[in-house]
Amino acid sequence: MTVDSLEGQIADWRAYVATAPGVNGHDLDELEDHLRHQIAELTAAGLSDDEGFLIAVKRLGDVDGLSREYAREHSSRLWKQLLSAHDEPTRVSGGWVEALAFALGVAVAIQAGRIAAGFPDEEPTWFARNLSLIVLPFLAAYFARRRRLEIRRWVVTAVPFVLGAVVVNVYPWNGSSATEAFGSSSDTEVLAILALPVALWFVIAYPYMGGLLRAHERRMDFVRFTGEWFIYYVLIALGGGVLMGLTAAILEPTDVDIDQVAAWVVPSGAAGAVVVAAWLVESKQRVVENMAPVLTMLFTPLFAVMLASAALVYAVTGLGGAFDRELVGVLDALLVVVLALVLYGMSARDASTSSPSWMDGIQLGAVVSALVLDLMVLGTMVARIGDLGFTPNRTAALGLNLVLLANLAVAGWLAARFLARRTTFHRLERWQTTYLPVFALFAAAVVVVLPPLFGFR
Amino acid sequence: MHIDKDLVAASATPLVLAILTEGESYGYAILKRVRALSGGELEWTDGMLYPLLHRLQRLGYVTTEWRTPPEGRRRKYYAITDEGRAALTGHQQQWAAVTRALRDVWPGSVMALGEA
Repeated sequence: MTVDSLEGQIADWRAYVATAPGVNGHDLDELEDHLRHQIAELTAAGLSDDEGFLIAVKRLGDVDGLSREYAREHSSRLWKQLLSAHDEPTRVSGGWVEALAFALGVAVAIQAGRIAAGFPDEEPTWFARNLSLIVLPFLAAYFARRRRLEIRRWVVTAVPFVLGAVVVNVYPWNGSSATEAFGSSSDTEVLAILALPVALWFVIAYPYMGGLLRAHERRMDFVRFTGEWFIYYVLIALGGGVLMGLTAAILEPTDVDIDQVAAWVVPSGAAGAVVVAAWLVESKQRVVENMAPVLTMLFTPLFAVMLASAALVYAVTGLGGAFDRELVGVLDALLVVVLALVLYGMSARDASTSSPSWMDGIQLGAVVSALVLDLMVLGTMVARIGDLGFTPNRTAALGLNLVLLANLAVAGWLAARFLARRTTFHRLERWQTTYLPVFALFAAAVVVVLPPLFGFR
Repeated sequence: MHIDKDLVAASATPLVLAILTEGESYGYAILKRVRALSGGELEWTDGMLYPLLHRLQRLGYVTTEWRTPPEGRRRKYYAITDEGRAALTGHQQQWAAVTRALRDVWPGSVMALGEA
């Protein structure tokens, strides 16, 4: 046996192992080095190349088992298959019937709500308050079924929805008789309308994670899911917008009232897309996998530059001391977006590169700028509250800023240490996954605690 | 003697960390050392060492570096960190507690003889 044929065998072996999910190029280099060592030792002991190769390969272990071990450690590489030893293999693009059933269910439910509310001719506030309670249980049920949760866990999933429904419908919202329009809602009611979907989204995490809320890796999976779901939802919404626009143009010459058509199609489409986007994330992951890191790579630097220049301008012009009410709202939204980007970027990061890259530096830049802006906003908030006292809106804004401040401060500190190679990326990730429940609790508090605190005004 | 799979798995982390306290090393050498230390009785599937090493890296117990020795191919070296040493101390305490307990209920067994 010649050296060439041994090289050929090693190349074949390498090509074969390369097809295993969870194993990347660096792993292959490492395994190949091991294989060569083993072969050299065996041939030195008198075996032929061929024999040495066979024994060395055998000792490395069968490729399926190996791939599973790598996958378990590098779950982020493998979430696309969501295959680990104890999970049953997920149907790669299957399950569309199931998804369609849930999407139809939610589409019908939203229509029932719409007709009961008389929307869009009337805009009763109860419809706005209950919107997420109509839509998100379908998504929760979809995951509960897909993850084959036990009955007990179905019940646990349902509890927050029931509580939410009780709270938003039993609280005596000021001036919200059945005929009141959105515009005349009280402040606490508007806040509840905004915060309830957020709180309930975190409830989805429970069935999504198969009831394993403590598993930090799964929490990161949920973050990744949220980011990907959002991307798909936006894509579907764009497509839907084009469709509606063209439909309007086509129906123009006829007598059909486009508003009537839209009243049926848009709510159902928007609600159904919630489930469809989730299904797409679950089953078509490879597509987004290629797209999502690119999007984060593109937008994180842009947002970092934007934040840094904003912070600089405000600091130099002294504007930072006194933002007006509108701007505070915009800045808060901006901070949430930045945090979402950072979180998502973190979840999409290739875990095998443990040393900091330039992207980590840019993320730190974004976090620090956000921190500066957050402090400015916080200063304004405190001053405003000092002058004018607490109102529901100011309290919620203050709370949000504090929640963000704590997160950003520690995240910035850890990111700096990571860049200085004083800590591991794992720590950074851990901090964010540990912090996730804080967001959920804050959103829940805005719905449940804030309104009675301010007498529902 | 055949050593149970679960026991092999449980001892893998402390063993690897302990070997790395002897100095930085790479996969194949670590595995050879494991074989030598256990007199060949600890049977590892070679490939499984690497996911384990990667886990230790993620947890910050080891650092890695790719280096090319003058005569050979590019190779990944692992070195233990302070956190890794701390983790190893934790493991040692756990194993000490386990062996102590076993020794006490197995008077005259191989284990007690080994101590003598």
